[in-house]
Amino acid sequence: MRVGFFLREAIRSMRRSAAPSFAALATVLVTMLVLGVFIPIVQATNGAANSVRGRVMVDVYMKTSATAADDARVRGELLGVAHVKSVQFVSKAAAYAQQSAQNPQAYALLGSNPLPDTFHVIPDKPGNVLAVQSALTRPGATGGVIDPMVASVSNKQRDTKKILEVTNLVTITAAVLTVLLVLASILLIANTIRLSLYARRREVEVMKLVGATDWFIRWPFVIEGMIVGSVGALLAICVLGATKIALLDPLASNWTLIAAPRTIAFSVLVVVLLAAGALVSALGSGISLRRFLRV
Amino acid sequence: MGVPAAREARPKGASRPGSPVIDFRDVSKRYPGGDIGLDQVTFSIERGDFVFLVGSTGSGKSTVMRLLIKELEPTAGSIRVAGHDLGQIKRNRIAYYRRNVGVVFQDFKLLPSRTVYDNVAYALQVTGGSRREIRDKVPDILRLTGLSTKLHNYPDQLSGGEQQRVSIARAFVNHPPLLLADEPTGNLDPETSVDIMRLLYRINRTGTTVLIASHDQAMVDKMRRRVLELARGRIVRDEATGLYTRDETTREFARRLRAPSTRPPGVS
Repeated sequence: MRVGFFLREAIRSMRRSAAPSFAALATVLVTMLVLGVFIPIVQATNGAANSVRGRVMVDVYMKTSATAADDARVRGELLGVAHVKSVQFVSKAAAYAQQSAQNPQAYALLGSNPLPDTFHVIPDKPGNVLAVQSALTRPGATGGVIDPMVASVSNKQRDTKKILEVTNLVTITAAVLTVLLVLASILLIANTIRLSLYARRREVEVMKLVGATDWFIRWPFVIEGMIVGSVGALLAICVLGATKIALLDPLASNWTLIAAPRTIAFSVLVVVLLAAGALVSALGSGISLRRFLRV
Repeated sequence: MGVPAAREARPKGASRPGSPVIDFRDVSKRYPGGDIGLDQVTFSIERGDFVFLVGSTGSGKSTVMRLLIKELEPTAGSIRVAGHDLGQIKRNRIAYYRRNVGVVFQDFKLLPSRTVYDNVAYALQVTGGSRREIRDKVPDILRLTGLSTKLHNYPDQLSGGEQQRVSIARAFVNHPPLLLADEPTGNLDPETSVDIMRLLYRINRTGTTVLIASHDQAMVDKMRRRVLELARGRIVRDEATGLYTRDETTREFARRLRAPSTRPPGVS
């Protein structure tokens, strides 16, 4: 009976003050649209940045005279270094095949295989690549490298640093933008709700004078906020869905050039937007009302 | 003044038999900024009384009303209503306290988005009244206030007098022991004012204590009820007129109010 009463009150007040309710609904709709477009974009950007970071590694070149036994020993040593996730071995023959496939004429000219056996050392985290590199080249008894049979360790410090910095920047920028956008959405929605409540502050005052408790007054407003937020989010989802089907999906089938970035599934996005819309509006109503409840 | 001289200055702070419905003890109210709302006011009102609070604008009438519904807190002194010390009521219990006090305002304070019926029903819904209780009580009270034909009108479709009747119906539907009216006839013409006063008197006859703030001196004089006069936050007059008659019917009451001849000639 109580829930039914609050629901009826919420619907009544929405009907009676259609214009402010519509303004709140439109605000939710627009912010959710922006959010719905922004979330996949941020994810795609982050995905791209991470895949670039994933390619960061240290190359260890063996001496050309290295035997299979040497390779096996060095492999073991490499795996023993801190922060090393895995070691990928590329034999001379494999390297030669790979390179000559790219540039057959040049390699045909060479005749013999000048390439050494190579280890790709992949760090556990992209950020640790420099630590791994310095561990492999630490000066000591072995004369600068980890094993006497190692000819050299790639020194791509500058490139690696640059990649890490740029991808870091991209990730941080995306995170900051997300936070700002969410904050802006909350403020925008809360402000619109506050305006519509301001128009009804007299009503709240009267309710208090008649002896209504704060929550008795608040519940209909919270429910109203929830309805407005859900409907706004639902409309935004409809628009996003239509855009996805009409524009993105036909494009995606032609996306052989760009690796399709892994983004949020549409169904998850629907849930997130719906929950955000309803929650922010409900909380906004409930909190904004506090000011007018102090009678 | 058209008031017979039967003055009875109430002794300050004197305790009276039975607990009074309203009891002000040395109540002062200073507003932020230094304005004095009330200055050591002491008075008490007995159960079933019909009392006027008069005074010019700014004399503290509204302050008394707002203190009584705990919209304001006194700076000093204590206020007791039906034995409860208002200072002891916690913030989250104020709503429950207010259900025992009916309030009528000069500007009616109706909910504009609700019909007459719903406005009155809201006061019951607030207390958790069942649908059945609402169906029983609301038409009754609206009949008493003469609004049976206007159940489904919205407040802006009613005259000022009718709106004030709705407001009184809402204040009284819970049958509170105390009814406060702050300038209930301030916005109404004299004829309508008489009707409203009559309605308030009728409610008083059911045993409800009624306190009316008014600046309508002529009306108050004709009513011949106890009058508390405030000036600059102090009580300057507290009297029950000699013609104070409690067992007057509402019809007699109204007839007397309408008759201009009750005022002694030669007085404004």
